[in-house]
Amino acid sequence: MYRYDEFDHGFVKSRVAEFRDQVERRLAGEITEDQFRPLRLMNGVYLQLHAYMLRVAIPYGTLSSRQLRMLGHIARTYDKGYGHFTTRQNIQFNWPTLSDVPAILADLASVEMHAIQTSGNCIRNVTADHFAGAAADEVADPRPYAEILRQWSSLHPEFSYLPRKFKIAVTGATRDRAAIKTHDIGLHLRKNERGELGFAVYVGGGQGRTPMIAKKIRDFLPEEHLLSYATAIMRVYNLHGRRDNKYKARLKILVHETGAEAFGRQVEAEWQALRDSELRLPESDIRTIDAYFAPPVLPDRPGGDEAVRLARLDSRRFAEWLDQNVTTHRNPDYAAVTISLKGIGEAPGDASDSPMEAIADLAQKLAFDEIRVSHEQNLVLPHVARADLKAVHDGLVEIGLATPNANLITDIIACPGLDYCALANARSIGVAQSLSRRFGSLERQKDIGELKLKISGCINACGHHHVGHIGILGVEKKGAELYQVMLGGSADEDTSLGEVLGRGFGPDEITDAVETIVETYLRIRLDRGEKFIDAYRRVGAEPFKEALYAGEFRAA
Amino acid sequence: MKILTANRLADGEAVWFSANGGWIDSIGGAEIARDKEEEARLDAVGKAGLLDNDVVDAELVEVELNDGEIVPVRLRERIRAAGPTNRTDLGKQARPGQLAEAA
Ligand code: SF4
Repeated sequence: MYRYDEFDHGFVKSRVAEFRDQVERRLAGEITEDQFRPLRLMNGVYLQLHAYMLRVAIPYGTLSSRQLRMLGHIARTYDKGYGHFTTRQNIQFNWPTLSDVPAILADLASVEMHAIQTSGNCIRNVTADHFAGAAADEVADPRPYAEILRQWSSLHPEFSYLPRKFKIAVTGATRDRAAIKTHDIGLHLRKNERGELGFAVYVGGGQGRTPMIAKKIRDFLPEEHLLSYATAIMRVYNLHGRRDNKYKARLKILVHETGAEAFGRQVEAEWQALRDSELRLPESDIRTIDAYFAPPVLPDRPGGDEAVRLARLDSRRFAEWLDQNVTTHRNPDYAAVTISLKGIGEAPGDASDSPMEAIADLAQKLAFDEIRVSHEQNLVLPHVARADLKAVHDGLVEIGLATPNANLITDIIACPGLDYCALANARSIGVAQSLSRRFGSLERQKDIGELKLKISGCINACGHHHVGHIGILGVEKKGAELYQVMLGGSADEDTSLGEVLGRGFGPDEITDAVETIVETYLRIRLDRGEKFIDAYRRVGAEPFKEALYAGEFRAA
Repeated sequence: MKILTANRLADGEAVWFSANGGWIDSIGGAEIARDKEEEARLDAVGKAGLLDNDVVDAELVEVELNDGEIVPVRLRERIRAAGPTNRTDLGKQARPGQLAEAA
């Protein structure tokens, strides 16, 4: 894992001191809210409905047990005993007082964390595949490149006042678990015919008000050109991105309006001037960063299969969890474990202080000290010996976090929505909870199979509704909540955007509506092997519309 | 009918301007503006609150009276007055003597 060097330590510490001073001056009335707001946002402090909210960066979703323990400590000491893991692989605390924030930031700095660039029109936390370094289908760990991008983009003077916020995601695997095509820049790490590492580069993806799927502008960018090429993209964006209209300011609009090919040509032209500059990464620098991410030494642990076989016979609960929440590791003696933060009827992504500490303990004892946050709002232990799976499972059962629902319909993504968020139009959490309860039976969930259900409380789409197999968007209509349903979205290597079905549903109708959709799928699927998304792609929206709105007048 | 609401600067707590003057952390005792003139006065109080660095994001919000109780028209404001609807153990609704059903 990346460790701060002296420079990083000094820098983060001085930022904490600077913000402490700014908060003191604000509280003393020496600076106005208009002066202070941009300063607090630069340090991740938002004002929400009930209180301030602090968004803490978790670079590429990687945490050590020490860091997770600190998040638990912060939740207990300064908040109301919990935090919310987000679709940006970050964590948000919902109740800090402004006067406590400097102390929280100092605590974070002591474990090499901060809240810088979790807001504002800058390059945000670079996200990555949550199974990075463990996945069996990966050519190389994408996180060293995410770290290189993080260092380059942190307080980069040229890219601190972009037309709009900017998001980058990286994966090194065949299966895209990082949703790279929904980001401003999506990087797919791969090898060319000569076995050299480089990236397929996608640009102009995004969700929000105008969702767009990123377009590929380069098939293979040698790794040493990562920063020169990224700089070229940023320069074209910085020059031509629209600053006159907030809603048209994201890179996706520029790429769409320019055309991906023409945009790609502009980037290539800019890049010609940069490719051999000091931005070209020396091989030794890349390998130095690589070394930080060297996988833990995984000792041979033969006998794991036998242990798992026996434990499976012994405990149905373990068997169910094993089937759903355990993923193949590149080392056959090991596995990656998904810790579901989606207990039936619970708020997606919320985690309490003691469980956070208990997970940190488990990671320290049985998982090489590493935890990941997934953009699907779960936690992951990327390296667990198969022989230890039962022990990890039992540890999770003790803290109530062994819900075996990864990738099933109750593994719902939901943003905070109107229960917390100042921008929201409708609640998301309550809808998620109601759906989770409705589909709570594991047998039923397994019959339904893989189904990505994603809910946002407003058009900003933090809950990724555009790319849910079933997506739900909360809107406000005549002062009441209304939920639009869209189908057919997907955020993997076959990224697609969902299509709105028809009129929306009220809070007390939406659960039934989703159930109707699911029942329709079960009726029309060819067999159990045909997933929801595949069935939808085969038959389109009609049968679902028919089931939902039959008998209602429908305009063309 | 409108009332004046804001968030307290130091801790972000949702507050309302009280009929007795001053900012209070429950909606019950908020001063109600019943005409344009009273609205303008409350609006001025909000602006002064910002200048005095007591509160931030001051605004007037529409309310109704329900059995004498102040109920904001928008769900957003009802949730601000009560707390998260999925966590009735948190926020103002969890405080003794407070009952506020948001939804
Ligand atoms: S999607 Fe909207 S409601 Fe949900 S967290 Fe984002 S801004 Fe808030």
